[in-house]
Amino acid sequence: METTVGKARSSIFPLIFFLVFLVITALATVVAAADEAPKIDSGDTAWVLMASALVLLMTPALAFFYGGLVRRKNVLSVLMQCFLLMCVISIQWVLFGYSLAFGPDVGGWIGNLDWFGLKGVGLTAHAGYAATIPHQAFMIFQMMFAIITPALIIGAFAERMKFAAFAVFTLLWATLVYDPVCHWVWGIGGFMRTWGALDFAGGTVVHINAGIAALVCALVLGKRIGYPNNSAPPHNLPFAVLGAGLLWFGWFGFNAGSALGAGALATTAFVATHIASAAAGLTWSLIEWARHGKPTVLGIITGAVAGLVAITPASGFVNPIGAIWIGIGASVLCYLSAVIMKAKFGYDDTLDAFGVHGVGGIWGAIATGLFATKTVNAAGADGLFYGNPAQLMIQVKATLVTVAWSFVMSFVLLKIVNAVMGARASEHEERVGLDLTGHSESAYTILD
Amino acid sequence: MKYIIAIIQPDRVQDVLAKLEEKEIHLVTVSQVLGRGRQKGIAEVYRSHKEPGNLLKKVKLEIAVNQEFVAATIDAITSGARSGQIGDGKIFVLDLAEVVRIRTGETGGVAIG
Repeated sequence: METTVGKARSSIFPLIFFLVFLVITALATVVAAADEAPKIDSGDTAWVLMASALVLLMTPALAFFYGGLVRRKNVLSVLMQCFLLMCVISIQWVLFGYSLAFGPDVGGWIGNLDWFGLKGVGLTAHAGYAATIPHQAFMIFQMMFAIITPALIIGAFAERMKFAAFAVFTLLWATLVYDPVCHWVWGIGGFMRTWGALDFAGGTVVHINAGIAALVCALVLGKRIGYPNNSAPPHNLPFAVLGAGLLWFGWFGFNAGSALGAGALATTAFVATHIASAAAGLTWSLIEWARHGKPTVLGIITGAVAGLVAITPASGFVNPIGAIWIGIGASVLCYLSAVIMKAKFGYDDTLDAFGVHGVGGIWGAIATGLFATKTVNAAGADGLFYGNPAQLMIQVKATLVTVAWSFVMSFVLLKIVNAVMGARASEHEERVGLDLTGHSESAYTILD
Repeated sequence: MKYIIAIIQPDRVQDVLAKLEEKEIHLVTVSQVLGRGRQKGIAEVYRSHKEPGNLLKKVKLEIAVNQEFVAATIDAITSGARSGQIGDGKIFVLDLAEVVRIRTGETGGVAIG
């Protein structure tokens, strides 16, 4: 009788011990799993997906901004070029563009093709780029930047570039100019990123890159027939205003989305973006008012866009007052370049792609080196006005290298495309209009 | 006094107006019109619907001139609008019975300039 009781007591303890052991091991397994995979945050993911949609909206917005500024016989050609990019660059990005831009680094210059066809780009987070959102969310957000950057160049060669040549040129440009520069500034291992160059949402990668390419295209393709004497006023300024308004709206995705999370950093970028645009629009209006006695609608929207361009690299590093100065500077400099310098030198940068995006982007990149402060973003740096002149030198270096690469590569690519298939539309095509000759379509009927 | 009506290609308007200015002919009325001549035109395609090239966009200029200016006007329009291709357009010269300047009530040749 005693033996049975003793036996029963002694076999329960190992069982209890084993059960406790299993429970602890089970807990360890769960906890270990949580540590290995960065946790996806639904707020961050929601914001980045929404921001991606906002940035995509900027391409059709740009299409109407530009479209309203060209002659009515060419408006469809501009809309078509933008829409084509939405299709072509998306596919390029998925197949190899994303890998080249953000993939595993090769010598600081470019990503490799490990992520060809988005292999390895899944739904868990990529801790290095964006730790709280699925990797594909980061990929698709960046895709929208890759789409709009070549679209900006359209402003330089509007009304005179052949559609097929445009398609080939921009595909080559996206792969050989955009993807490398994107890698240098934002890719892990990219040499400008290693320098510590600050570019929150694309001053160098997007605006300087496209702006310089625009200047090259304007110079290589030459002036439109009759320029500058034959007047070609905007055929639909309401479209241009609508486009500019949607650009302003979408830019919140462009800049605040680049925080890659929903919180303080996104907020400060949002605020800086808005304030810079407001300051710039006001400044341009005041300049016109002073010079000509009347402010114009075209002026105020151009100013607002210039402000948005300039704040892009600085948006996550400056405080609201810095944003005001950046906006004011953008309008002053872009007004000088688009209105005064262009008239003086006579190049046909049709829609001021260089004048606004190129010059505005350069000012923005430099201004980041002036106004950046760690009190806004501890992961950034202090600029000149906060006691650190070294950052300004880095910004200048990054700007110069981007300008040089974009200028040389855009020139080479355009020359090649021109030699192989002819880039400029014929005189007949230019006179009749690209809509009818390139697309067999007319934007506006007259009777019915 | 003559009334000159010219139908020209839309992309030639700036050139013609510049030539008219050179000859001191300032007053002109310009309108957008549709028309066809023997020019076949450019077909438009909207999904499955093909619009045959029937009516083409042209620009009409209307100028009232005193007799002394008729030749200069025709010359200016022709040199500005001619491209040598079919579709360059036509000039019609009509007799003008009376002209009145509304602001002052002047009539005749004085009211034209």
